[in-house]
Amino acid sequence: MAPTLSRLILAPLLVSTMPFAACAQEASAAATHDHSSMDHSMHGMEMPAQEMPQPTATPVMDHSAHAGHATSEATVSDQPGDAPPPPVPTDHPADRIFAPDRMAASRKAMIGEMRFSTFALQVDQLEYRAAKGRDGSGWDAQAWYGGDIDRVVLASEGEGSFGERAERIELAGYWRHALDPWFNLQLGVRHDFRPDPQRTYALIGIEGLAPYWFEVSGQVLVSDKGDTHARGKAAYQQRITRTLVVEPEAEVDFAFQDVPDLSVGSGFERLELGARLRYDRNRSLAPYVGVHWERKLGQTARLARAAGDDASGVSAVVGVRAMF
Amino acid sequence: MSKFDPAAAPIPRRRLLAMGGALAGSLGVAGLFPAWARSGTAGIAHASPHATAGSGVLSGAAIALRIGESHFATGGRSSHAVTVNGTLPAPLLRLREGQTVRIAVTNTLAEQTSIHWHGLLVPFHMDGVPGVSFPGIDPGETFTYEFPLTHSGTFWYHSHSGMQEAVGLYGPIVIDPAGPDPLACEREHVLVLSDWSPIHPHEQMRRLKMMSGYFNRQKQDLAGLLAGKDQSLADRLAWGQMRMDATDISDVTGTTYSFLVNGHGTAENWTGLFAPGERVRLRVINASSMTNFNFRIPGLPLKVVAADGNPVQPVETDEVQIAIAETYDFIVEPGEVESYAIVAEALDRSGQVRATLARRMGLAAAVPEIRRRPVLTMRDMGMDMSGMDMGQDGEIDLSKPANESMAGHSMKMRDPAVAPTVKMGPGVATLSPMPVDRLADRPTGLEDVDHRVLTYAELRARDPNPDPRVPSRQIDVHLTANMERYMWSMDGTAMSENPDPIPFRLGERVRVNLVNDTMMPHPIHLHGHFFELVSGEPGNRPRKHTVNVLPGGKVSFDLTADGEGDWAFHCHMLLHMHAGMMRVVTVRRDGEPEERHSGHEGHQGHMGAGEG
Repeated sequence: MAPTLSRLILAPLLVSTMPFAACAQEASAAATHDHSSMDHSMHGMEMPAQEMPQPTATPVMDHSAHAGHATSEATVSDQPGDAPPPPVPTDHPADRIFAPDRMAASRKAMIGEMRFSTFALQVDQLEYRAAKGRDGSGWDAQAWYGGDIDRVVLASEGEGSFGERAERIELAGYWRHALDPWFNLQLGVRHDFRPDPQRTYALIGIEGLAPYWFEVSGQVLVSDKGDTHARGKAAYQQRITRTLVVEPEAEVDFAFQDVPDLSVGSGFERLELGARLRYDRNRSLAPYVGVHWERKLGQTARLARAAGDDASGVSAVVGVRAMF
Repeated sequence: MSKFDPAAAPIPRRRLLAMGGALAGSLGVAGLFPAWARSGTAGIAHASPHATAGSGVLSGAAIALRIGESHFATGGRSSHAVTVNGTLPAPLLRLREGQTVRIAVTNTLAEQTSIHWHGLLVPFHMDGVPGVSFPGIDPGETFTYEFPLTHSGTFWYHSHSGMQEAVGLYGPIVIDPAGPDPLACEREHVLVLSDWSPIHPHEQMRRLKMMSGYFNRQKQDLAGLLAGKDQSLADRLAWGQMRMDATDISDVTGTTYSFLVNGHGTAENWTGLFAPGERVRLRVINASSMTNFNFRIPGLPLKVVAADGNPVQPVETDEVQIAIAETYDFIVEPGEVESYAIVAEALDRSGQVRATLARRMGLAAAVPEIRRRPVLTMRDMGMDMSGMDMGQDGEIDLSKPANESMAGHSMKMRDPAVAPTVKMGPGVATLSPMPVDRLADRPTGLEDVDHRVLTYAELRARDPNPDPRVPSRQIDVHLTANMERYMWSMDGTAMSENPDPIPFRLGERVRVNLVNDTMMPHPIHLHGHFFELVSGEPGNRPRKHTVNVLPGGKVSFDLTADGEGDWAFHCHMLLHMHAGMMRVVTVRRDGEPEERHSGHEGHQGHMGAGEG
């Protein structure tokens, strides 16, 4: 069910807009589709090991003899029977020895203690961008609270040039729900403080870990004015040495219609590509240097140029990744 | 080198203890170590045990333990600790089979505590697991455990509350046999192996939930690929395709841990003394919270004489992987050599600790370098087909149809059909498609070392197994995980989801098949029982309380459910248990579920000050 759901969300989402979402889709599809190509006879393959009468497993056994056969069942007569299991009891014998209310509280505490729920702050990027013209800054961070399956996430990303109004300030709040071992659903809202005018969007997305360790996400955003956008992201961490990591990353925005208020044209609107080389000795605070390239696309680029802005820019970045 | 070195003579034990204390005192650590654990100890007396003031050995019918806050420092790291009677490790309990012991445990912490007697067969309500067997020991309270000692051997005790065993609450138990000890040696040493981190286990858990590889500093990298190390490109791609990390072997590692022998790091060089010609019995306990150790004494063969407290037919080997919560007794004969390095190396080779066996203080043998960290294989994924293809004689016949069907096979990593009892969800990333019995495998990372390595299959019980019945039924228990999300469970369900217990009838004989669907070894511990590993001919199968299930493999054990009551059953990697790899096992009399616990009133724990 979970993979189906993630496909449902993904399929209409960015199949045409971005290769990364497609990658994610393959990922969840792979999780289900492999089944069909599977030769189920292999399940039977276990059986010979169990049923095969074996010569005595000598106490001293070379591991290369592959224990699969050697240890399990020495003789056929050693096979367990098939007696039915007893019913699952509902009583607690400790209640007859200790005060039942104390035991009940203790059971509750034991279970409660194992329920993981916590807060974390992860700053993926916090950086200074040096560019021809004007230097600026950029960030991408999230804080979350919750457990393994459900989390509340507050995420923010943005960028701007010094001495000017920030170009983008986005703050998203969403519920993150684990769909399957690798992918999560996102449901919530995003508010853009910049660009002007401010906009609030309903957000639905998925994020996850695709095969080959690609971190991917895809979101569909519908604003309070009715305009619809999509965003896809992908990143990959390549360890060069145990402490040096290079992380290429891409982010692309897509508009399903013209949004003149935001100077956005229908189609691909924006592409960011970056690569950052991180000194990952300390996981809590890892400095990096890198390059960041950003480009407005299609109609949006034409609108920018018409307004006298650059449609693209490249900057050298220096920053930190942090985890608390 | 003098044969007449007085420090090496076995007789003036008191003087030795005092000297060891003085030496330790000069290092400024004496306060925290009980004498038996101090460097330079002459060992524990093998003859009739009796408590000696200040020795840190507690004996007799009435024992008092006080759990409190302390600080502990080693290897430049210092942090808060929870200790017993102010020491780390906790005092050695030296008891005798057949006696009944009363142990009053006083909690001076601000939080609840408990002590579990690991491996001792006790009435369930004395087992010390809050929420399962008793309510726990509240702050200010004294709880008196009282139980008969029905067997002998090397065991240990630790907290079962608040992850306190990771911050110091563990200690050894030695129970001497009621009669003469056939394993008696001229000298005995107790070695408690442990791991120590200044990062509290709750914080470790939080970081692992943020990033499951947080403490792994040994992942494969591009430099290694170019240098031809580790996996080939094709293998890396294949593993990457499955989102599996061949170096994900330990999750909390030497990045944050100091590894300790009796509370001593390598620099502190814990030293146990011997005299030439002596046979020395080492009682080795892995009291770590998260570290499986490779234990060896280079140049000195280890004769394994007991595992998990139970005597085995002696088997000589050179290295033993001691999983968390296991205990092994070895007999060594150091001969004329002056000193040996005792090396306990973390499974993932992220660190090690060296101690010394020497004829006198101040000697130290060369410390071997940490060996290359292992890389997991398809066998660790439960995907190894070679077991199917090879007979005992190593016959490989590639023309067999079975091989053809396997060739180029894309094994599915999450086929519910291979484990119908597992609840599939985000917490189950993989199921081993073809788990093979790995009892005769060398443990992880020791597959190709060029000396002898103990495998479980080499162990045979010295005494015949007490219950020769063939099990009347069998159950499968899957050890499941999503290692990326750092979720751990049994049969896909975490303990925090309050799953049904695993029920047994009192006295029934059941085979339990543990299937490891993860890529990490899991030391699985059942409280209140010994079980027999299904290895070799029935009759003298090794009896244990903890078994390390290798990645992608399976282990079967036979159990006589003779401990009436409720028992914990869990992975002894503390964080795995805490994250959910745990169950309650119930043992009930058939038919009359309600009636018969009145007899227990007599053994009831005595609540002292602080209650009510």
